[in-house]
Amino acid sequence: MTPVLKATGVSKAFGGLKAVSAVSIESHAGQILSIIGPNGAGKTTFFNCLSGIYPLDSGTVELGGGRIDGLAPHLVSRAGLSRSFQNIRLFPEMTALQNVQVGRFARSPRQILGTILRTRAWRDRERASLERSEELLAFVGLGDRADSWARALPYGLQRRLEVARALATDPKVLLLDEPGAGMNPQEIVDMMALVKSIARLGVAVVVIEHHMKLVMEISDRIVVLDHGEPIAEGSPDEIRRDPRVVEAYLGRSEEPHG
Amino acid sequence: MQTPPNPDSGALLFSQMLEILINGLARGSVYALVALGYTMVYGILGMINFAHGEIFMIGMFAAVFALGAMGSAGLVAVGITLPLAILLAMALSAGFGVMNERIAYRKLRGAHLLAPLTSAIGMSIVLQNFVMLSVTKGKVDFPRAVAQPLANTTWSLGPVQLTALQAVIFATTFALMCGLFWLVQRTRLGIALRAVAQDRTMASLCGMKVDRLIAFAFALGSALAAAAGAMVAMYQGVLRFDSGYMIGLKAFTAAILGGIGNIPGAVLGGLIIGLTEDLTSYTIKSEWKQTTAFAILILVLWLRPRGLLGERVADKV
Repeated sequence: MTPVLKATGVSKAFGGLKAVSAVSIESHAGQILSIIGPNGAGKTTFFNCLSGIYPLDSGTVELGGGRIDGLAPHLVSRAGLSRSFQNIRLFPEMTALQNVQVGRFARSPRQILGTILRTRAWRDRERASLERSEELLAFVGLGDRADSWARALPYGLQRRLEVARALATDPKVLLLDEPGAGMNPQEIVDMMALVKSIARLGVAVVVIEHHMKLVMEISDRIVVLDHGEPIAEGSPDEIRRDPRVVEAYLGRSEEPHG
Repeated sequence: MQTPPNPDSGALLFSQMLEILINGLARGSVYALVALGYTMVYGILGMINFAHGEIFMIGMFAAVFALGAMGSAGLVAVGITLPLAILLAMALSAGFGVMNERIAYRKLRGAHLLAPLTSAIGMSIVLQNFVMLSVTKGKVDFPRAVAQPLANTTWSLGPVQLTALQAVIFATTFALMCGLFWLVQRTRLGIALRAVAQDRTMASLCGMKVDRLIAFAFALGSALAAAAGAMVAMYQGVLRFDSGYMIGLKAFTAAILGGIGNIPGAVLGGLIIGLTEDLTSYTIKSEWKQTTAFAILILVLWLRPRGLLGERVADKV
């Protein structure tokens, strides 16, 4: 099976510090790939490289067969890669629905001309876009909070709203940066279910996560980074038993746990 | 029936108050239109567009020349020529606004605050000199054939007179402001502008072409300034290459007064400054109107450093 997302030898340094060096991943439609590693292992930097925030020092990123490295973020997003952030980055002064609608921009650009000319095609697209946004809110469980201010939503729901916004770009690949961060156990269980249901839609999901339980539970494959370098890759069972991983991740401890 | 209004008597008659209100609101609504441009650019970029007064001035000239051209082509129906001239002025100024963003701002977006500030001041001088050298150093008259009938047509509003000119100003500014509010609050393009104002990187990750949206905000603000320019030109009857300077400064003041970055704030600030000026002209002397307008600004900033409506910093644009 050909991967949807294929990153090959991605490297990024800041000054002398190699934040990410020669990381390669393949992410398949409908599967969940997790990237784990200690703090400072370069996971978020890697995401920033994939999503076009940082230019790469070397390496390539292919999405659906086409190169996306070197593209500006809005083009990466239009090509079909979307992401969430570790710290919540919603538009606080907008409603939940408006936040999701922002995500639809990847699929309905040319807003300036459309708004001025108000062509039929534009209006039809707007209506479809609104319906899709409402659908997505319902999908993440926020169907009844469409008109709530984003900043007024409880934390767990803000995280889900971010996922809805990311999905609004109709991504082929969804990068989730610590979707379970700061959540209580129940919220984490709910988030796991949500991530799985996204993969079931056929999206290739790549997750950065610290909660081992979440990672082991949902991942099809896991890549382990340490000091910016890939040190292991495999199924959850293989990773669980890999001594290098145990050492890198937990120092001298026995087994990774959440 | 009544004694003629005596400007030196402290007590204002009801009719005088109404007159001040009408004149002040007409003046203030023009300031408000210009102030919206300052506030939108600040809301999105966190920078002050000091060339905005010149964009306004270019709008003045564009309207006058458009009317002149239409007049010599035999098109004289004010109902057609005036709106057309205003639209042309808006389009031309929008173009200059986009150029201004492109030249003076885009490259400096990440730079220290003083860099874009200085380049905008430079742009302002360039534009003034451009008009002075390529058009004229002297004064240009607004076509009388257009302004005169409007100024002479009056309606009685109780004890005071409203001229058709003022009615045109009210109608135009009101329509444009409503249009802007509708755009920003109700359309997805408005959502996009707010998204860019709140988090540029995130907006880009959501598929927005941020550069284009920022240029659009400049175009929008410039078009509003041009409409204001056309009306001021009509009201004052004469214009010159430096006609944008003082109004630009006052509109900037209005934007600060209302809370820069806040759209209703810009309107409120503009109206307050306009009313203050007219109130001063009636009660003290018209030479004092600028002094009181800026004194009010300083006073308000003492009490509310972020301006009247400028509380929520994130609610930009």
